[in-house]
Amino acid sequence: MEKVTLYTIPSLYRDDFRIEGYVFGKGEKSLCILGNMRGNEYQQVYTCSQMVQVLKKLEEEKRLIQGKEILVVPSLNPCSMNIGKRFWPTDNTDINRMFPGYLLGETTQRIAAGIFDTVSQYKNGIQLASFYMPGKFSPHVRIMKTGFENVEKARTFGLPYIVLRMPKPYDTTTLNYNWQIWETDAYSLYTTTTEQIDEESSRNMISSILRFMSNNGMIVYPLEGKRDSKVFRDEELISVRPRTSGTFRNKITVGQIVKKGEILAWILDTCEGNILEELKAPVDGKIFFQFSDPLVYANTAAIKILPDSI
Amino acid sequence: MIKTVASVKLPVNETLEIRKSRFSSENGGNGKRISIVTGIHGDELEGQYVCYEVARRIQENPEYLHGTVDIYPAMNPLGIDSITRGIPGFDLDMNRTFPGNAEGAMTEYLAKKIVEDLVGSDLCLDIHASNIYLTEMPQIRINELHKETLVPLAKIANVDFIWVHGASTVLESTLAYSLNSRNVPTLVVEMGVGMRLTTEYGIQLTDGIFCLMKHLGIWSGEVKEVKKPLLSEDPDEVSYLNSPLSGIFLKEKLHGSYVQKGEEIGFIFNPFTGKKMAEILAPETGLLFTIREYPVVDEGSLLARILKNHSDN
Repeated sequence: MEKVTLYTIPSLYRDDFRIEGYVFGKGEKSLCILGNMRGNEYQQVYTCSQMVQVLKKLEEEKRLIQGKEILVVPSLNPCSMNIGKRFWPTDNTDINRMFPGYLLGETTQRIAAGIFDTVSQYKNGIQLASFYMPGKFSPHVRIMKTGFENVEKARTFGLPYIVLRMPKPYDTTTLNYNWQIWETDAYSLYTTTTEQIDEESSRNMISSILRFMSNNGMIVYPLEGKRDSKVFRDEELISVRPRTSGTFRNKITVGQIVKKGEILAWILDTCEGNILEELKAPVDGKIFFQFSDPLVYANTAAIKILPDSI
Repeated sequence: MIKTVASVKLPVNETLEIRKSRFSSENGGNGKRISIVTGIHGDELEGQYVCYEVARRIQENPEYLHGTVDIYPAMNPLGIDSITRGIPGFDLDMNRTFPGNAEGAMTEYLAKKIVEDLVGSDLCLDIHASNIYLTEMPQIRINELHKETLVPLAKIANVDFIWVHGASTVLESTLAYSLNSRNVPTLVVEMGVGMRLTTEYGIQLTDGIFCLMKHLGIWSGEVKEVKKPLLSEDPDEVSYLNSPLSGIFLKEKLHGSYVQKGEEIGFIFNPFTGKKMAEILAPETGLLFTIREYPVVDEGSLLARILKNHSDN
């Protein structure tokens, strides 16, 4: 393993902003794994850190395939994470809305460009990503449908679900979108949590990445073979939205099988505590996403169900 | 008359309302409508004074009004109230949520209701104030896709500068794009600086709004003669200056001044050492239409924009 500094910005009063990566093996740039790009992606940086541990061990055991190079970048945004801020400290911009970046542009455009120059050289790219809304997900791999997506290869993660997303205008400046356009097979992996560490979910995600690496000739590892992942478009998920704002009391967990009409959550009057609304399953299916904040705004897609009909 | 455009109950004893103030001539006039929009970014306040001044002048001479003027002073009321640029609680730029979705989350629902309410206007002005970092000369920015319709209108708006910029996919989620693509000509104004009011710019733009109203036949009172704005349609005409390093920036030239190539427009210093870290020199001769107001800079922070090849003689 070699520790490398990928991008630096000197600061006047803080330590230099440094993006550091860990390189395993030499040769064909096979896989790049990225952790947190936003300051609240603790599960993502943690999972990457554990990936570094696993790869170190595989390297010692000489189980990395010769001629393949793997780069792990646990934190693309230490500056924000160190102060508990989600976006860039000085101007609140999101690095993941700046790709492919611009080296002569504004700070986060430069960071994006500085990083993209390195990561776009890899054949495969994995971003441990987070959702804009606080909540828990069924672990899955998400791919932007740009016309360059490689769904067959996504199956080699062995994850139960592959979600395809039609890019919206604001998606065109994300890393995942631009990675694909610049011919990297790009995958966003969603573990269960973002702001809390979920040990089990993190371990499972590492296993999926190892399965992907094994299936694609990067490591010698007993996890092999594709799995029959369910592939669907994100708009096929059924959103359950409260009509009212209030306290959100959840009754279900991610992955749970629910029947049409079953109560999933209650919305309570925040001050008086009475039930304002029962959220019921509109279809038979499995809970794919569950909102996790204590208070919810009306019309939030608080629960997403993967219907049995898919 | 104040009307509610959209309303959402918040979790604890509060309802979020987006409201507008409508001024109409008694008989409805010529049926034309102009909409003045501001406050999509909660930290941009220059439009507040414009809304006040337009409403004040109409009420001073209501006999000259022959149509409808809708004033939307606070598209993002929670943001304005909490000194937050985006929508608080969502960490989301409201001007990336259009055209919205009635079935979507609160932010998408609000965006949808706003667009629905504005559709039908004969003209819309969306007033911005750059951000808290930069000061701008009064200017109108136009997506090149809509320039045929918008440039002639922008010329009547009494701004100093019209900047026709390139199309970009990400801008398709702005209010202006949504409205322009629904046949509501919408001019995006940028002027002044975030978190402050610049009275003279407010008056300048208000004068322009009354000229536009006169053009639409909504206003029959006297209006000021408008300035002849500079027009830039070539993206290569605008030169950007970004900070070469992190430090504290002191501007030495004001926005709106003409600079010569090589002239110092400011410098970056280090308070520890008492030394200049970098002199910021104009890369081109031209009009300094944007200058950085906020002193703390990172490497890459935007310091200035210059419209090349323009001089004051």
